Amino acid sequence: MTDSINFSLISSEIFLLSAICIIMIVDLFQRDKERNLTFTLTLLTLVALFIFGVNQLDTVRTIIFYGHWVNDQLAVILKLAIYATTIIALLYARPFISHRNLMRGEYYLLTLFSVLGMMIMVSANSFLVVYLGLELLSLSLYALVALQRDSKQASESAVKYFVMGGLASGFLLYGISLIYGATGSILISEVANHYAENESGLIGQFGLVFIVIGLAFKFGAVPFHMWLPDIYHGAPSSITAFISSVPKIAAFGMTMRLLMEAFSTFAADWAAMVMIIALLSVAFGNIVAVVQDNLKRLLAYSAIAHIGYFLLGIVTGTEAGYSASMYYIIVYALMTVAGFGIVIFMSGEEKEYQNITDLRGMGRYHPWYGLMFSIVMVSMAGIPPFLGFWPKLEIFRQLIINGFVFEAVVAIAFSVVGLFYYLKVIKEMWFAEAADSPVITTSRSMKIAISMNCLLLLVIGLMPDSLYQYCLSAFQLLG
Amino acid sequence: MIEKLPILSLLIWLPVFGGLLVLFGTGVKHKAASQMLALVIAAATLFLSLWAWSEFDSSRYYLQFVEDKSWIDSINVRYALGVDGIALPLIALTSLMTLIVVIASWNNIKHRSAHYFAAFLMMGGLMNGVFAATDAILFYVFWEAMLVPMFLIIGIWGGPNRIYATLKFFIYTFFGSVFLLIALIYLGMQAKSFDIYAMHQMVISLDVQKLLFFAFLIAFAVKVPMVPVHTWLPDAHVEAPTGGSVILAAIMLKMGTYGFVRFMLPIVPDASIAMANVMILLSLVAVVYIGLVALAQKDMKKLVAYSSIAHMGFVTLGFFISFALIANKSTDAAIMGIQGALVQTISHGFISGALFLCIGILYDRMHSREIADYGGVVNTMPRFAMFFMLFAMANAGLPGTSGFVGEFLVILASLQANFWIALLSGLTLILAAAYTLWMYKRVVFGEVANDKVGQLPDLYLREYIVMAVLAVLVLVFGFYPAPLLDIMQPSVEHLIDCNLVSKLSPEGMCS
Repeated sequence: MTDSINFSLISSEIFLLSAICIIMIVDLFQRDKERNLTFTLTLLTLVALFIFGVNQLDTVRTIIFYGHWVNDQLAVILKLAIYATTIIALLYARPFISHRNLMRGEYYLLTLFSVLGMMIMVSANSFLVVYLGLELLSLSLYALVALQRDSKQASESAVKYFVMGGLASGFLLYGISLIYGATGSILISEVANHYAENESGLIGQFGLVFIVIGLAFKFGAVPFHMWLPDIYHGAPSSITAFISSVPKIAAFGMTMRLLMEAFSTFAADWAAMVMIIALLSVAFGNIVAVVQDNLKRLLAYSAIAHIGYFLLGIVTGTEAGYSASMYYIIVYALMTVAGFGIVIFMSGEEKEYQNITDLRGMGRYHPWYGLMFSIVMVSMAGIPPFLGFWPKLEIFRQLIINGFVFEAVVAIAFSVVGLFYYLKVIKEMWFAEAADSPVITTSRSMKIAISMNCLLLLVIGLMPDSLYQYCLSAFQLLG
Repeated sequence: MIEKLPILSLLIWLPVFGGLLVLFGTGVKHKAASQMLALVIAAATLFLSLWAWSEFDSSRYYLQFVEDKSWIDSINVRYALGVDGIALPLIALTSLMTLIVVIASWNNIKHRSAHYFAAFLMMGGLMNGVFAATDAILFYVFWEAMLVPMFLIIGIWGGPNRIYATLKFFIYTFFGSVFLLIALIYLGMQAKSFDIYAMHQMVISLDVQKLLFFAFLIAFAVKVPMVPVHTWLPDAHVEAPTGGSVILAAIMLKMGTYGFVRFMLPIVPDASIAMANVMILLSLVAVVYIGLVALAQKDMKKLVAYSSIAHMGFVTLGFFISFALIANKSTDAAIMGIQGALVQTISHGFISGALFLCIGILYDRMHSREIADYGGVVNTMPRFAMFFMLFAMANAGLPGTSGFVGEFLVILASLQANFWIALLSGLTLILAAAYTLWMYKRVVFGEVANDKVGQLPDLYLREYIVMAVLAVLVLVFGFYPAPLLDIMQPSVEHLIDCNLVSKLSPEGMCS
């Protein structure tokens, strides 16, 4: 079975790649400034992938292509989350990019390429394929950030992102090469088998450290976070919404493949490292976010804090803990895309309104959107019954079950600090005196999309079980 | 018929969905319609809670109107509701105060009144949920969720310094409750279920009990509030609109004392015994020191807010004095102490709510809460002065008012434990009389202080109704507290017999 070449199991990837080629050609012959056809085809591709993915649920774990590729429930569910969040991000992007000379076919194609890269990442069963997927994702993202050529800020961000991303990939690759040197294989299952029988050895541990650093760079966890606020701030908002949410889901998949599957016998080693990174991220992200006035930077620092909470679930080293992390990262993606959705929503045709104070008067003049944005904020703060509470609860529950009570107390104490800056946003929307109404020029589709996204945070929050059941099923934890 | 009806769910969701209906159905544009709708929903909720009271079998201690449905199977959290004799009066109080707030703020809210009513209705429903939940996580969900409407109420309709006050309020209480969450998760893990009553039957070692005790203490002490974490309350009260102050004083503080009875006393009794002296000390500090602080206030609302803290000190005193009494084998006195504390909880809801309404009535006319701006109100508002007199007397604990019953029971109980504690807590009756009546004298009696006071109109019909209802309740429960005591009696006895026994070993626990 392992040695078979089974194209039916990678039909999603093949379909996406063919769709990309077709859309690329179709886009060439389009005169339409709004790129309606490209947009529609892109969305249709993602929806088709989603439907196809739903049919693949409850799949049996299969390893194919000589051990390089794995198809399991974890990959299927993560891919579904990736498609869904990408669709939301694309819906948000449309009015924004059409005002900013970004409405080009490349926008959609690069997004689709990065989706392909992420699909490869979560299904990889060898270090080489992981790296291949990661680079396909990263290169598309660098180009996406740089797409706004006439903006100094965006170009600066793109260069920063490229250099930092390259550094991170370097760390990862160096770690992989050390592991290859120690074990003689780049297949994840064989590395795992090797370490099940042999001692870890100095080279193995050395390699592991580099891999953890590479992953931490990709997540933007403290102390490897410096690039993150600048890039989230500098990139065009619609692209920030995408890069802050969807790739984290894929990065979770990659972390699972590397840490859980390849290095499960080292769990104690990497868990100690990840614990430090996680707690530092929670503390640093929450504290620094307090003093931010720019909504994008605020969300960027809050993203660092969220990554910290998410990593705490991995620290437990149990499958229940991983599923809690998975739950967290999917919910995080839904909330973050909505958070940057607010920034996109507020931006006018010419100017972008990114400061928290630009939200003044939302509650008074546009109570519906004021309410929707407040839902995003309280959900991020983890106030029940909104969706953001449940994965936090689950992470803390897993920490306590595994005896990390002190760490849970520290992390939860920082969520009180977190509450403060989320409330600051709500304060500006509802309590501050506003001379006049904030201008809303965004399109109707954006209005509908953001309302749906925010209502989703409430509705799933009231019935959080089904989403969590899927996360549990990814780790065969359903009884 | 009531058996077939999910009465507790209705008590929670009728006001919540009613609030949504007011918010989106009638909206800001149809002011009259949203007012009527809010009134009807609040009245229906009160009717339901009174119906539940009349059907409640007060001869039994165990949970009634139980509902239990699966909610989040993967972490074993259930949608479980049920009330005993301690929770039901609080639900009735919540429903009553919500209705009173709706009536009292009828025309007083100048902008976005529909949103205002919607927020109060939803908050009422969520607070009913806090008292009705028997699943710890469900309890926590309601406990946190009800902070959001209150945060908005203070922040949107509050006074000039409202933003500071509301942020302080939210962050203080949230800080308290995150530790509660950790404690609940830990207990849920040990008990293999989040059922609060399963947690009551657990054997926990003393060290763990102490940690849990502190987690509970932070959460509930902030809410009650106890000294030294009381500082959010005067700020929140002063800045909140009248309705917000009423709910804050009448219900929200009671959630803290409810937490003490429901979680702290039965789950960690050994740690509570170990810490009882500290808790009694803190309660006495609240009673005496905060009483003196209240004496020095120039702002009426602040004065009543401090008096609330002092009165809640009686409640915590009643809870923790009972441990000393159980140790002395005087179970009857222990029952008396806890019952006194619970009666004080309810009665303080009426009295402090009424006092805040009185201040609100004055504020609506004068736009000032400074005692110095008033004087001689009795000359222009005699009817108001009568009601204000009654509530001030009740606040001072005059026999014949409900304020007397609870305080008297607590002092009687503490007399059996320690003469000095009783003496100190008895002192407060004098202090309470001093600050309340002195304020009353300065505001109401004397010559008409200025032209504004000279032109004050007396109570409007709407205000009259609200005042009369609360006055009747204060007097009825003052002269005849039996219904309240009866409904609580079996639950309190059960609490003492089965739950306040040592949890260090399985001996002595009864299921």
